[in-house]
Amino acid sequence: MDQVAIPPGHDVAEHRHEEPRTGTGVSNTKLAMWLFLSSDCLFFGAFISAYLFYRGRPQPGPHPADVYNIPFTSVTSFILLMSSLTMVLALAAIIRGDYRRLRIWLLATALFGATFIGGQIFEFTEFYRQGLTLDKNLFGSSFFVLTGLHGAHVTAGIIWLLSLWGLATQGRLTSRDSERVEIAGLYWHFVDVVWIVIFTVVYLIPK
Amino acid sequence: MTTVSDTVQAPARRLRVLRRPQATTGFWSWFTTIDHKKIGIMYGTTALAFFVIGGVEALLLRLQLAGPNGTLLTAAQYNELFTMHGTTMIFLMGMPLAVAFGNYLIPLQIGARDVAFPRLNAFGYWGFLMGGLFIYSSFFIGGSAPNGGWFGYTPLTSTPLGRGFLPGHGPDFWAVGLIILGIASTTTAINFVVTVLNLRAPGMTFMRMPVFTWMMTVTAFLTLFAMPIITAALIMVYFDRNFGTNFFQPANGGDPLLYQHLFWLFGHPEVYILILPGMGIVSEILPVFSRKPLFGYPVVVFSGIAIGFIGWGVWVHHMFATGLGPVAISAFALSTMIIAVPTGVKIFNWLATVWRGAVQLRTAMLFALGFIAMFTLGGLSGVLHSVVPADTQQTDTYFVVAHFHYVLFGGLVFGIFGGFYYWFPKLYGRFLDERLGKVNFWTMLIGFNLTFFPMHFLGLLGMPRRTYRYDTGLGWDFLNQLETVGAFVIAFSVLVFIVNVFVSRRRGRLAGGDPWDARTLEWTTPSPPPMYNFAEIPHVEARDDLWHRKYTEDEAGHAVRIPSGAAVAVEERPAGDGGGDEPGGGDHGDGHGIHMPSPSYFPLILALGLPILGYAAVFHALWLVPIGGLIAAFGLYAWAIEPQTEP
Repeated sequence: MDQVAIPPGHDVAEHRHEEPRTGTGVSNTKLAMWLFLSSDCLFFGAFISAYLFYRGRPQPGPHPADVYNIPFTSVTSFILLMSSLTMVLALAAIIRGDYRRLRIWLLATALFGATFIGGQIFEFTEFYRQGLTLDKNLFGSSFFVLTGLHGAHVTAGIIWLLSLWGLATQGRLTSRDSERVEIAGLYWHFVDVVWIVIFTVVYLIPK
Repeated sequence: MTTVSDTVQAPARRLRVLRRPQATTGFWSWFTTIDHKKIGIMYGTTALAFFVIGGVEALLLRLQLAGPNGTLLTAAQYNELFTMHGTTMIFLMGMPLAVAFGNYLIPLQIGARDVAFPRLNAFGYWGFLMGGLFIYSSFFIGGSAPNGGWFGYTPLTSTPLGRGFLPGHGPDFWAVGLIILGIASTTTAINFVVTVLNLRAPGMTFMRMPVFTWMMTVTAFLTLFAMPIITAALIMVYFDRNFGTNFFQPANGGDPLLYQHLFWLFGHPEVYILILPGMGIVSEILPVFSRKPLFGYPVVVFSGIAIGFIGWGVWVHHMFATGLGPVAISAFALSTMIIAVPTGVKIFNWLATVWRGAVQLRTAMLFALGFIAMFTLGGLSGVLHSVVPADTQQTDTYFVVAHFHYVLFGGLVFGIFGGFYYWFPKLYGRFLDERLGKVNFWTMLIGFNLTFFPMHFLGLLGMPRRTYRYDTGLGWDFLNQLETVGAFVIAFSVLVFIVNVFVSRRRGRLAGGDPWDARTLEWTTPSPPPMYNFAEIPHVEARDDLWHRKYTEDEAGHAVRIPSGAAVAVEERPAGDGGGDEPGGGDHGDGHGIHMPSPSYFPLILALGLPILGYAAVFHALWLVPIGGLIAAFGLYAWAIEPQTEP
């Protein structure tokens, strides 16, 4: 941030606001994250469109109904959604200055995310055993690439959360840095919301 | 990278890996700079180099087509060259040149000291350079350069190597390289939007912003929403080629039309990404050299925004020949006609700006007027494409080539060259030579029309695009010859420009801070501006703030110069004041104590990881993944723990 020594005889009040002042009132980093997420919406939008575009087209099996295990995926989806709750608790903890709970909730969020990824790996393996591969049919191609890229997003989020957790354990993450947790949280919630869309559109809506 | 120190875990709460670079001058400082002005110059220089490369490719294409049955190039070479010509001119010349102007000018025009994220800005540049070098390295190690057209239609590009029609790794390099470029331009777009939304000087309301900054903001939003779509399409192409997915494989039910929809849903906004900055530049030049304010500023701004919105609803006019059915085609024919309206509004606003002005025909003004004329021609042939029967006839003929060169060369390139002549004095404190400039302009105008106007006729005569040779006796020989001559006239013109830059940088006439008696904030700074741009953040009171500081109106409504002394002539500050060459951090000893962000290695290091991962993706070289991944991760983490400004 810029700091300007005020030249004599100049309006002091104007300069005092300068450091935190942003045109929108939202900090630069947070605004940048919102913009990135808006961009990422279209990224997922393109893959979800491709999935919908090909859904129900005549193709060799296995078909979605042959492989989906809705109860299992519902459970892992629920775990992922719960990680949004722990994310909020982590943010609340750092704002309060409760660093012990901050570490707990950050780690819990990462672990819930990792559980979801574990579930996804299990699911992919299971589908593969039942004969669904990337090159088998249109469903395999569009399903694996879409959900795989979502999984990559979750994995990046887990690494991010663990990095924050590492900083927190060293005492480098204090209440003043709460925005860093908030921004990681924005990303994390976004990834969850995308999963709600994917789970609904890809798994739940019958064709 | 001379100062890589041993890994130091600095005492007490200071993590650091590399000693912070300090130099802001000298050769090595260019690798670590985070100054938006230097990065702007780097963007500009690199993009001009790619412009020359893409131009040489065009000359080779024209030489091949100079006469019937050309033998200079083989069909395969011709495919590589037209693909790389298009890819270069759009992704490596057009977009980065616009970003170059945006980088240099947006902070200066809104009264900020830098962009919102200086290091991310540096990363954007390095990502662009790496992406460009990555794509071009395919000439040497890919077996073939990209050869499926800049649009990369599937299944031609997506059929796996060995089973496909295209030899070599060209399409892989193309897909992965464009993804790298997409990452870079997305970060730049985010940076520009945050800068404009958050860093405007006090009083710089949206409706006081210079039109160039406005158009760059619209462009940044378009980039933000268009790049992810092509990234998704390119990932599908890459997976189809390399992992056997079926997205675009008709044999397995895949639909190549999906690719066309995704590509043009990106591709048409991309057209506006390229032209809006040109419109912005022209909107800056015309008022200054007409000695009048821009006619209908709000209308110009809103029509720019309207273009930004409607631009998302016209993409199917690239696909009229694919048989989508009458309803879809009628809807997109209508939207294509509608988008001509805001464009036409702008043209009339520009004409009204020049109307009865005290026009000064400097080179910058000539290019701006050339822009209006040539772009209007391109716009007119563009509206023809909304007439579906005509479009179906013109699809894949040289008529289309003529159209988009009138828009992109006659539009963007003329605008950019006008911008060079207009802002060069700001960058280097010296004017570009006017005599060479006029040679530059007139040869470019003549060469351009000689090259591209006959293409309208050739297209209507049925000459198809992308064919590497044609038979004699089709009535195409003379016009093709003419075009090749024209292409070399353009090349001469560009050469004159390059000579002009080198001569004028050293020996050009000295320009002060405000050599054109201009209207916007960048001209309140010395030329070149110091590293911190503004010693004092300006307080903006009007649109065209600088003009209102210099002029007032008498009773008859004529502009009257405010006697100097009453207004603060900022450009008269002593030249030794900073000059942009002291270390970024710490006190400056100039009495202002401005803290600027410090240089950094990490944007470059992070960007270095990208092409390595790219090669891993193209050649399936798993051993490269940890190398590229570690370099990128190192850059990312070191960046994250490095404070933006050294205390």
